Amino acid sequence: MRKQQGTRQSPPLASPRELRQGASRGHQHSRLSGYFTLHLSMAIQSLGRLFRTPFATLMTAAVIGIALALPTGLHVMLDNLQQAGGNWDGSTQVSLFLKNGVSEDQALQLSHRLEQRSDIKAVQYISAEQALAEFQDQSGFGAVLDNLDTNPLPSVLVLHPLLLNDDPAQAEVLVDGLKQLPEVEVAQLDMQWLKRLFAILETIQRGVLIIAVLLGLAVLLIVGNTIRLAIENRRDEIVITKLIGATNGFIRRPFLYYGIWYGLFGGLLALLLVDIGIWLLQEPVTRLTGLYGSSYHLGLLDFGLATTILSAGMLLGLVGAWIAVGRHLNHIEPR
Amino acid sequence: MIRFDSISKRYPGSQDVLSQVSFQLNKGEMAFLTGPSGAGKSTLLKLIALIERPTRGQLLIGGKNLTKISRRKIPYVRRQMGIIFQDHRLLFDRTVFDNVALPLIISGYNRADTERRVRASLDMVGLLNKEKQYPITLSGGEQQRIGIARAIVHKPSLLLADEPTGNLDPALSWEIMGLFEQFNQVGVSVLIASHDLDMISRLPYRVLKLQQGQLVADGYPKGTRA
Repeated sequence: MRKQQGTRQSPPLASPRELRQGASRGHQHSRLSGYFTLHLSMAIQSLGRLFRTPFATLMTAAVIGIALALPTGLHVMLDNLQQAGGNWDGSTQVSLFLKNGVSEDQALQLSHRLEQRSDIKAVQYISAEQALAEFQDQSGFGAVLDNLDTNPLPSVLVLHPLLLNDDPAQAEVLVDGLKQLPEVEVAQLDMQWLKRLFAILETIQRGVLIIAVLLGLAVLLIVGNTIRLAIENRRDEIVITKLIGATNGFIRRPFLYYGIWYGLFGGLLALLLVDIGIWLLQEPVTRLTGLYGSSYHLGLLDFGLATTILSAGMLLGLVGAWIAVGRHLNHIEPR
Repeated sequence: MIRFDSISKRYPGSQDVLSQVSFQLNKGEMAFLTGPSGAGKSTLLKLIALIERPTRGQLLIGGKNLTKISRRKIPYVRRQMGIIFQDHRLLFDRTVFDNVALPLIISGYNRADTERRVRASLDMVGLLNKEKQYPITLSGGEQQRIGIARAIVHKPSLLLADEPTGNLDPALSWEIMGLFEQFNQVGVSVLIASHDLDMISRLPYRVLKLQQGQLVADGYPKGTRA
């Protein structure tokens, strides 16, 4: 077992000066490429370590995934509701009751002028006679109305406004403008329901934001705690690498990559959960909107939102890991 | 290489573990540090490795005063040293190759340089054929040699060893000692803490003797030096 002979033949070490020069030259030369390969190999190594305990990794990722999926799912629902609300602007109507002296020609001219405007989708003219006939049909006062000498109803222009950005305030501005027209007696917009809807949506949106912040904090804590355990598990290794001359940055790095990976996996799981949720809701929602005479479909996650979720997950993972590492790594010193 | 200027070390709630220790180890010098258990050998090595800080006195390594070095700079000083531990302190979840490569990875060497140096280092301790094995599969002597390979792979100018032959049989001990001599011959300063008095007395190197925290002897074994 004596390998001394073999070792004697190996190339002799250089003198200390040569050693140090050689070392520093080699170091300079390889520093840049070494830095990137170091990061890459550390990222892959951390990933490999996570895969060595797939169940534990999956559990942590699942908790993060659920925490991220909840606000994401709510956001998607809200987004869909808002779009649905936007679709309903087709049913928003403005009724312009014209003054008594306005003739049919004048009314039709006004109707044409209004149709040219960019904020109005369509205009429908209902003459006083038509209005009376309709009223007679629908009100059940037909016989009473027959006894009237004159038609008490004004002619009406029914406008369908084009609302940009689902903004109910815009419709109000439009109505205020129409009131100024000389032919118009009264301009009426029944949009209380629209205002209420948007107010409700805004409230829910704020609620979702609060939930998102709280769950984001939860993700930080989860990642932080997981990383703390990982640090404890690798205490010996940390001590040894510190003794060999590892900087805190070097020791910190794999744990930060853990955080990023956890965040990424959590984010991916969140996307999966949300898409499954949407898929499950698809059918009843289609039935529901069908009842309202709309062919509305729930939208899936778009690329932008998916990217946001993944980056948010990774960022939260990184920050959580950073906090844990900052708190626990400094306590581990060789003795 | 190393200079102790009347260094004392006291842990909270105890007496001085080291008191007024002064000595100098020159560049390229090899010396033993000996004395009974509890004499302060380990503490002295820990001071050099910057694991502990002196309570009083000045510590110079490589001409630099390290008495009040900041924590951030400690890793860079440690990289100029190779430290060998009695309990080897290997990472058991990594191969022999990865263990030895650790100091190079820490310093950011590229793959090619790392492989070349690790192989050279393993070759030197005679374990080149075991690079893919895990330390747990190796004998105590082999593990110690892996520890040595790791300590020299980055070509340090100072080698510290704490009881490197503590658990080894005499033949293996002599083998390990031969390795240290080899490094010393190419200019590496070597300081070995050991209580293997029999071996020390047969080698022609300087011996520093600690007793109850004091340096009580500093010289060469009789008959080893003309």
